[in-house]
Amino acid sequence: MTIVPALDLFVAGIVLIVAVWTVAARDTMSAVVGFVAYGLLLALVWVRLGAPDVALTEAAIGSGLAGALLIGAATRLRAGEPSVSTERLGGAGRVLAMTLSAVVAAAVAVVLLSLPDPAPSLASEAAANAGVTSLGNPVTNVLMAFRAMDTMLEKVVLLLALLGVWSMARDHAWGGRPRSCRRADPEGPLVLLARVLPPVGVVLGISVLWVSADHPGGAFQGATILAAMWLLVLMAGLGDVPAAGGRRLRLVLVAGPAVFLTVGLGGLALGAAFLSYPPAWAKPVILVIEFAMVLTVATTLGLLVAGPPERSAER
Amino acid sequence: MSETIVFGLCAAVVIGLGLYGAIVDPRPLRKILAFNLLGSGVFLVFGVVARRGAAAGFPGDPVPQALVITGIVVAFSATALALALLLRYFDATGSTTLHEGVAEDAGPDSTEP
Repeated sequence: MTIVPALDLFVAGIVLIVAVWTVAARDTMSAVVGFVAYGLLLALVWVRLGAPDVALTEAAIGSGLAGALLIGAATRLRAGEPSVSTERLGGAGRVLAMTLSAVVAAAVAVVLLSLPDPAPSLASEAAANAGVTSLGNPVTNVLMAFRAMDTMLEKVVLLLALLGVWSMARDHAWGGRPRSCRRADPEGPLVLLARVLPPVGVVLGISVLWVSADHPGGAFQGATILAAMWLLVLMAGLGDVPAAGGRRLRLVLVAGPAVFLTVGLGGLALGAAFLSYPPAWAKPVILVIEFAMVLTVATTLGLLVAGPPERSAER
Repeated sequence: MSETIVFGLCAAVVIGLGLYGAIVDPRPLRKILAFNLLGSGVFLVFGVVARRGAAAGFPGDPVPQALVITGIVVAFSATALALALLLRYFDATGSTTLHEGVAEDAGPDSTEP
């Protein structure tokens, strides 16, 4: 039994070392790589905290997709990097910032150590109402039924972020395609990987969504795997990003929130409240929402990583 | 339940580190990184609270866990938007700092991530 607390200390120690590295590393690319490693280690912490669904999300989105985005940005910013070392904060400002951060950290620690015991929890209520939706995974239940409003609005946040990214386009590229990837060697390993891996990845992504009814997984995690497969194909130059002005693309982008909203309004008209599902149909309704959502989320995540349009719509 | 103490303290230190990095480092990309670090520390606090609320046979309270999943996706969206803004700024000015060239119309406040 003593091995487990020791392992916890070990994992927490490594997480902190990598976090320090992320803040302190001189080279930005090293810091970004540190952040990706930090995200993967954090997934281990989430498993230890009894949250495998969060662990999957952290590894896939917090570390994987954000990592791809950050590495791309760091590469492009490299040219302008060396000029800034002169304007770092002076000694006194540094000490002040360190003191402030230490005080905040200490305050959080004190609060966490003096939390009420027994802890307030909604777990028993979530368990008591689990039968209503016939889903076995409590987190999916919360995301898709008990707090479905949050999940719906989150789709809207994703769309708004994409609109924000798109609006960074120059006038001539408006409605066009993001910058093209460097042509990969057609005989090279990247192209081979982009041909072999996506069929497996697509099956895996859909299965992560499907099993989330009763086991760890979920729509976001599945969508992230699908987005990663799409990005792999794009990076290998085997496909092109659809133009931002295309009607079909925009239909896919609004499909998820639109289905969610329709179900929500249907609940208002036919049932008890906004987003209330008819009890006998709860699971099929949730599945319809989830599949529409996966399509939209995967496309949105991929487009967020691909960046704003920089070419006109013609190839 | 020792893991809630270990990872709770870990979360506190990560929050402090992220705050320090966001204040001290002048480079916007490093501020975005530090801000993400800070955010993940806050998510860990949720995780610890969820773990303490383990009941009814669940390893943790599913409500804060679901909130964290939503939070991670929203944090990713915000990061993507911030990076797009930064890259566009770099394309327009050729600089990775917010100080040069904008000194007349923007004070030091503009270094906020």
